[in-house]
Amino acid sequence: MELQLLIGSLVTLAGSVFIFLGALGIVRMPDLYNRIQAGTKASTLGTILSVAGIGIMNPDWAGKVFILIAFVMMTNPVSSHTLARAAHHIGIALSKKTVVDKLKEDGPEENKKED
Amino acid sequence: MDVNIILALFLAVIMIVVAVAALMAKRVRTAVLAAGLVSLVASIMFLLLAAPDVAMTEAAIGSGLTTIIFFYVLNKIRRSDV
Amino acid sequence: MDSVKIILYIAGALILSGILLALWRFIKGPRTADRVVAFDLLTVISIALMAMVAFFNGRIIYLDVALVYGLLSFTGVIVVARFIEKGL
Repeated sequence: MELQLLIGSLVTLAGSVFIFLGALGIVRMPDLYNRIQAGTKASTLGTILSVAGIGIMNPDWAGKVFILIAFVMMTNPVSSHTLARAAHHIGIALSKKTVVDKLKEDGPEENKKED
Repeated sequence: MDVNIILALFLAVIMIVVAVAALMAKRVRTAVLAAGLVSLVASIMFLLLAAPDVAMTEAAIGSGLTTIIFFYVLNKIRRSDV
Repeated sequence: MDSVKIILYIAGALILSGILLALWRFIKGPRTADRVVAFDLLTVISIALMAMVAFFNGRIIYLDVALVYGLLSFTGVIVVARFIEKGL
């Protein structure tokens, strides 16, 4: 029981470290797309890990914790994808260090046809 | 001191900062987003006050529905300063 | 039990400093899209914070509020994204 509490709290600590790194990336990154990536991927993993750690510490809550993890995994990438697509569509400038832009290479006409 | 009281003090300061940001905003969309953040923080405050049903209502209506309706109306208006 | 509580306090402090950093980006952010990114990050952080509050108070009913946020938080971001794409 003691070991279970220790493992759960360490998992929660790892998740909160990921959340902190995501928030640090949202401040430090140079342009919008890097901010979207840092702010969504790292914070999704951090939220999943910290909620899972609470589920490990309290095994009675495992069902609701599992549903919460499923919701976060389904909804968070959808919102970040929509936001990044809209930002590229209205032409927000990329960073100077960007190497490749596949969405621009594919051409805007094909993207508009799909809508 | 209880950990709930420290968290409530921190969240109250955050809430005042976001509300001032909503007042000082140049554009209307920034103010609407800040109002959504105010209701998000208010939801956590209701949770700390042991009222999970009120927090659930605040989450669904204050942070979800109000933002959607405001942006729907701003999409209808579409002036230069929104 | 004591070391577990200290680890959880450190985790809570990291989450609160993450809220401060995201709030700084929300206030400063030059465009609307930057503010929307900060808004999304704040809702996701608040889900973890609500789960931690539920553990500290020992009540499972508090997780339902986090569940509502997990379902509803992305609709606002999608609406704002469609708005700045001039479509809705």
